[in-house]
Amino acid sequence: MSIKLTTRKVGDVTVIDSVGRITLGEGASSFRDAIRDLVANGDKKLLLNLAEVTYIDSSGIGELVSGFTTVTNQGGSLKLLHLTKRIQDLLQITKLYTVFEVFDDEAEAVRSFA
Amino acid sequence: MAENSSGDTTSVVQVLDSTLESADTAETIVVKAAEEMGFDEDTRYQIGMALREAVVNAVVHGNCYNEHKKVRLSVSREPDRLRILVTDEGKGFEPSSVPDPLAQENLMNQSGRGIFLMKAFMDEFDVRKADPKGTEFKLVKYLNQKS
Repeated sequence: MSIKLTTRKVGDVTVIDSVGRITLGEGASSFRDAIRDLVANGDKKLLLNLAEVTYIDSSGIGELVSGFTTVTNQGGSLKLLHLTKRIQDLLQITKLYTVFEVFDDEAEAVRSFA
Repeated sequence: MAENSSGDTTSVVQVLDSTLESADTAETIVVKAAEEMGFDEDTRYQIGMALREAVVNAVVHGNCYNEHKKVRLSVSREPDRLRILVTDEGKGFEPSSVPDPLAQENLMNQSGRGIFLMKAFMDEFDVRKADPKGTEFKLVKYLNQKS
């Protein structure tokens, strides 16, 4: 299974609900395209919900980083929600856990964009 | 897929195409072997991750998706370890040429974390020139040892 991405608005924050695997190929490119399209559309407050992302490889991590950079360079924010333990561990060992703002509660995450 | 048994070691060799789908195929083979050896789920996940990184490296950087070049996967089940070799037919590779992904100046790089993750998730990791050409990645995971 690749990645399935759906978006919804909570106030002026776009929540990207992700299901599946973010790996080199279709998964990573779908993620990249989604971020790019949202930013192009003027959506710069992005909350990536990773609760149902079962797997992310080094390319997937690269797309998270690239997405973060893209959004930040456009004056926006990309934050992470509901990391599984495995993804949290991955971000910690790659020293990226402190780069991203990470939340366990959606309401709190949405408030943080204010 | 060729299978061979010698003493307490069972080896399987699979020749893979230079496509991203080969990472899925390889992962299935290796994780199944790990399960049959008794590795727990978290360890199988680590092994699968490292293996995928090695195969993707072989496909993308080694063989450059060349349909005429293959990736050779060797999976050996030894009494106390799982030994995996992933070999490409590329031009060869110098590990020292990969920037340290944990260095501050590289932290936000889009790529360059594959080898680091292989080292992080396996008990032994080695890269060497393959004979007659290409690169061989060796990944080893010990049974009954917490990583």
